[in-house]
Amino acid sequence: MFKLRRFLKDYKLQLIIGPACKLFEAILELCVPLVMASIIDDGIQKSDTNHIIVMGVVLVLLGVVGLTSALVCQYMASYTSQGAGTKIRTALLAHINGLSHNELDKVGTPSLITRMTGDINAVQANIAMTMRLLLRAPFLIIGALIMACFIDLKLSIIFFCGSFLIAVVLYLVMTKSLPFYRQIQKLVDKVSLISRENLSGNRVIRAFSKQKSQQESLDNAGEELSKTTLRVSRLSALLNPATYVITYSAIILILWFGGGQVNKGALMSGDVIALTSYMTQILLAMIVLANLVVLLSKGIASAGRINQIFEIKSTVTEKSQDRVTPVKSAPTVEFDKVSFTYGDGDNELDNISFTIEKNSVTGIIGTTGAGKTTLINLILRFYDATEGVVKFNGTDVKDYPFSQLRGDIGVVLQKSVLVSGTVRSNMLWQKPEATDEEIWKALEIAQAKDFVTELPRKLDSPVNQGGTNFSGGQRQRLCIARALVGKPDTVILDDSFSALDFATEKALREELLNLENTTLIIVTQRCASIMNADKIIVLEDGEIAGQGTHKELLKSCDTYREICLSQLKESEVAV
Amino acid sequence: MKKHTVSKILRYTIPHIKYFILAVFSAVISVSLTLYIHVLVGNAIDYMIDVGRVDFGNILLQIVYIAVSIGLIAVFQWLMGYCTNAISSKTIRDIRSDVFRKFNNVPLSYIDRNPHGDLISRITNDIEAIGEGLTQVITQLFSGVITIIGTLIFMLMIDYRIALVVVVLTPLSILVAGIIGRMCAKSFREQQALQGEISSYIEEMVGNQKIVKAFSYEKRCADEFEEKNRRLFKVGLKAQFAGALANPCTRFVNNMVYAATGIVGALLIVMTGGLSIGQLSCFLAYANQYTKPFNEVTGVLTQIQTALASAGRVFEVLEAENEPSDKDRKSVNTCKGKVEFKNVYFSYSEDKPLIQNFSLNVKSGQQVAIVGPTGCGKTTLINLLMGFYDVQQGEILVDGTNILDIKRNDLRKMFGMVLQDSWLISGTIMENLRFGNPNATDEQVIEAAKQAHAHSFIRKMPQGYNTLIAENGGNLSAGQKQLLCIARAMVVNPPMLILDEATSSIDTLTEIRVQKAFRKLMKGKTSFVVAHRLSTIKESDIILVMNKGNIVEQGTHEKLLEHKGFYYNLYNSQFANN
Repeated sequence: MFKLRRFLKDYKLQLIIGPACKLFEAILELCVPLVMASIIDDGIQKSDTNHIIVMGVVLVLLGVVGLTSALVCQYMASYTSQGAGTKIRTALLAHINGLSHNELDKVGTPSLITRMTGDINAVQANIAMTMRLLLRAPFLIIGALIMACFIDLKLSIIFFCGSFLIAVVLYLVMTKSLPFYRQIQKLVDKVSLISRENLSGNRVIRAFSKQKSQQESLDNAGEELSKTTLRVSRLSALLNPATYVITYSAIILILWFGGGQVNKGALMSGDVIALTSYMTQILLAMIVLANLVVLLSKGIASAGRINQIFEIKSTVTEKSQDRVTPVKSAPTVEFDKVSFTYGDGDNELDNISFTIEKNSVTGIIGTTGAGKTTLINLILRFYDATEGVVKFNGTDVKDYPFSQLRGDIGVVLQKSVLVSGTVRSNMLWQKPEATDEEIWKALEIAQAKDFVTELPRKLDSPVNQGGTNFSGGQRQRLCIARALVGKPDTVILDDSFSALDFATEKALREELLNLENTTLIIVTQRCASIMNADKIIVLEDGEIAGQGTHKELLKSCDTYREICLSQLKESEVAV
Repeated sequence: MKKHTVSKILRYTIPHIKYFILAVFSAVISVSLTLYIHVLVGNAIDYMIDVGRVDFGNILLQIVYIAVSIGLIAVFQWLMGYCTNAISSKTIRDIRSDVFRKFNNVPLSYIDRNPHGDLISRITNDIEAIGEGLTQVITQLFSGVITIIGTLIFMLMIDYRIALVVVVLTPLSILVAGIIGRMCAKSFREQQALQGEISSYIEEMVGNQKIVKAFSYEKRCADEFEEKNRRLFKVGLKAQFAGALANPCTRFVNNMVYAATGIVGALLIVMTGGLSIGQLSCFLAYANQYTKPFNEVTGVLTQIQTALASAGRVFEVLEAENEPSDKDRKSVNTCKGKVEFKNVYFSYSEDKPLIQNFSLNVKSGQQVAIVGPTGCGKTTLINLLMGFYDVQQGEILVDGTNILDIKRNDLRKMFGMVLQDSWLISGTIMENLRFGNPNATDEQVIEAAKQAHAHSFIRKMPQGYNTLIAENGGNLSAGQKQLLCIARAMVVNPPMLILDEATSSIDTLTEIRVQKAFRKLMKGKTSFVVAHRLSTIKESDIILVMNKGNIVEQGTHEKLLEHKGFYYNLYNSQFANN
């Protein structure tokens, strides 16, 4: 929590005024029983009507001033917490955008999303809560104790003992029930896991007639959940009666010994009433404080989780923002003895060397898990090579600013994702200032012009999150078009035809081959997609099994021949 | 409608009625004793008349009464707390179980039609909300109402004049709470909507970091987010402040009631008498607490609204129509594998006819391949065959019996099924492979895994066959998941097989090996294979070529090629180059 305090530095004034106002309100509140004691002892006992009315007005004034200062505090707290939350949100997203996939993979997307949403909201709520209550509750307790001392020093011993006991009970019940709540959370997660699986696999479950056993596992989890809830409620239901018993035992003592003091003339009955009010005030404040502690510990955990992300430094960074001038004669892509591993495991890529010449068409083929996508990730610098050098247009990719490297390459990733907005807003990702003409040209090449034209609102047609309102094939074609807008010199297609039928793929491939001055890199599992490429690189288990043209490879590379034979007829293979 | 929902919830609480009665009884006793204690404290104070005139005997008597009351209150408060939790947790356990059962009894179309996230939120969040609502109703609403009535009675018994002051002023707090509540509701709704917008934006941008980076979108993303964030700040500030008003404002009203009670009480004692200081102290204690139950009750009312809304959503699921009962259907345990489609019509929605007048005769042991462009109805045929959806006209016969006359589970047991979407359950690999046949021996399972070419990668996993699979096979590649699904079907060894794009995520090399295993498995069995890659189904006995819900051609691979029709084009486009 404290490490995030930099986000509060613009709110110093609010941070002082807010709690100060709240403290002031608490002081006023502590005065109320004293004023009431004065009404009883000085007003009633002495039959002084004037005194009663004056003190009555004081009570009303205390209320009004108290309300005003409380409202000031509430506003300060809302302003500060909302403001700080906003700042953390902006900063965290920017930070996440700056991390490389090395780090993103480790944390995982769902976890990042909860930190961006739930955790930040929790921290925000906590800032407000702290400003509003954290000072007030302890102050009320201490204040009530001091007031008790003022009224009667001896009787105040009862207060100290009572408060101590209440604190002990609260502490015990809460710490004892905490593990139960963790268990309950686990069971709740289990119930929703079983439900989720039951829905996603409903076909399979019915196909295997497993409804009964699924129902049993849910019922078991539900039963356990119910039992654990009851076990903890046996404990937590103690909280109210226990604190109540302590408070009222203290009040009994106050009455008994207070009676003695009244008898001696050391106290008046109004004072005894004030003492009982202070005792109940302590109880209420203690309960607020206990709840606050629970909330705060959750908030601190959230803050810790957010801070974890802030502390991660990107391992893939830009050396400088200066644009790199491409070396004219150099190949577009060059791998020189490149090895790569994602973690501590075996090498994903092992000693890879190849070049991709300018304006050529290159195919990269291999079985699943051969390392094709990893290779693309290195060109785009999603990751850095563990060993060796990757060059783009003659310069090490590490010397490029990200925006230049990635801006020069149009890439279509394996997973076709569109972002919610319109077709046009998606098409502007590669080149924000692209004209409609450029967009239509790209759509035409990607074989997407027809269906976009048929949409009632053409380029302005809405796109749902993830592009779910388009079919898989349409989505893939739109992703291809998105990469082609702005005519990048280099185009990488990572298994980007998988959702297209063969006829569409063929037409698309022809259009792509007609692009002038473009280096085309096609990653695929289908040999038909790349048979006519200038160069084919065959990957197997992270190593290059062969490179050359289709004809050369058929002769020289067993893996390549096997792949081809698995997809085509013998006669078709020998073109 | 609301009344209905309430009575529906009540029906679920009936089995736990004893807890309910005990909870209400405990609430009545503990609340009235709590109120009575203030009277006793007041009495005790009245026995402290002046210096040297304190009546210790009577104070002691009051203290004994107080002590007894405290004891009783403690017991009944605990009982109330426990019983309340018992009702709500047992009730929602029952509801949850029923909703889950419903998931497996509704027609599959219901599951396909409704977003799963929504259904899950009903069985988790909404049911929790019902439980929370039940607890609140008993602890806050009932005890609140009892406190209000009890306080009123006690006050009237002590002194009706001051009681009048309290009764007249208290509605102020309700009014204030109401106004603030309305203010909150509006700005909360706005905030909620904006929060939703921001969450989905975050989900998209954080979830799709690859494209954000690949297209250098970071700066634009920051700008877009900044704009949304700024709007959230404005709305959020308003909502938060409105929400933060409630406490100080009701506290203020409370303080005013307290002050008025003090002034009027004191003046009454001085001017008319008939009221003691102890009684005034008792009134002050009441005044201090009287607005509390009102706020609680109004607070609970909004919570009840949300709970009822949740209950409405839950009961909507519970009231969904079940699949027609198959009690009267025949149970069939043997299967020769003869399948016949007779003039079958089917469509998912009335305005989009899909399968029309479809007939097909499959002899025992034949392999039927179904090919065609996406969306042409291939998977629909499978859905009909497995009884996931029922035909709208015509009939499907297995061994001469209409499948609508066979118990669903019996029908489904005849088929082994491997789908494109490879679903695994969280658990060990062994548990997954045994999913369809819990009695299979380890040897049988391993043999099946070997046949499906899954054995080698399973062995390489950290705990081999006992490796835990994360939800949805998170720690496996798509290809590995499919191999496991294939092995899972092999463990069952059913009389007929359905492979719906079963090898689409496997590369072609592995596919060839798996196909060999399939052929072994399919030997002598009727099988239906939906395929994307035509090279894998060349040897099928019948190839059905579908387009737009209709069978456009059918025959063997060679015959269809000779025919030079739809299949011919489809097949050649797969291989044609320039």
